[in-house]
Amino acid sequence: MTILELVGKLDLSLRNKGRLDTPITGCYASDMLSDVLANGREGNLWITRQTHPNIAAVAAIKALSGIVVTGAREIDPETIEKAESEGIAIMSTRLQTFEAAGLVYNLLKSEEGAKA
Amino acid sequence: MTAEKRKSDYFPLKGGDFSDAGAGSKSIRSQLAEMGVPAETIRRAAVCAFEAEINVIIHAVAGSLHYLIEDDAIRITVTDMGPGIEDIELAMQEGYTTAPDWARQFGWGSGMGLPNIKRNADGLRIDSVPGEGTTLEITINLRTNGQK
Repeated sequence: MTILELVGKLDLSLRNKGRLDTPITGCYASDMLSDVLANGREGNLWITRQTHPNIAAVAAIKALSGIVVTGAREIDPETIEKAESEGIAIMSTRLQTFEAAGLVYNLLKSEEGAKA
Repeated sequence: MTAEKRKSDYFPLKGGDFSDAGAGSKSIRSQLAEMGVPAETIRRAAVCAFEAEINVIIHAVAGSLHYLIEDDAIRITVTDMGPGIEDIELAMQEGYTTAPDWARQFGWGSGMGLPNIKRNADGLRIDSVPGEGTTLEITINLRTNGQK
């Protein structure tokens, strides 16, 4: 599943011109940035309620595929720009983290099942 | 590598200002990528640099990040005028933190910063004087396949 497919399936609001054809390798949900620096993996989608510019740097360092900000939170414009300059898509949703992560989990699992 | 081919740079850091965070680690990422260093090595260097930058911003009044790329390694020195670390062994324990609430609101201060640096660095030296400041010397070997 690519970022573009995810945006369609979860009806996410795409907030910048990040790369949309990036394949999502998995997902990590966390609001602690060092936790993501430690445990995020290349190509992972990151689900978080954090919105400040440091999230763009974390996603770039770990080569994450995109960031979904939950709870319809206002995203700092600088975050959106920084992520775009790194090619990382930022999306927002009204869903809270638990629901968003659950839906992404099901999508990734059904994709795995289809491949098997 | 000849002296003129050495790459180094310097980035000032101001306490409490997260907006400057990441300039040093970003520069390191682009320099190492240009040299064709394996992606995993670049990630390890960038995690160390970024966590160290964030520590200065959380704990100190001011500080700086300096890096020097040599033939076989990148050496990252992050130094600050901060409170110093009373007990380095304790500070290295995952989950131990002295970060204030404002840092936690930004998703920092989970007590994972120094452990993350240690996990990703090939070499780490911490010099700290309580009441004066802290210096981290981080080494990442470049002549590897990326794995530590």
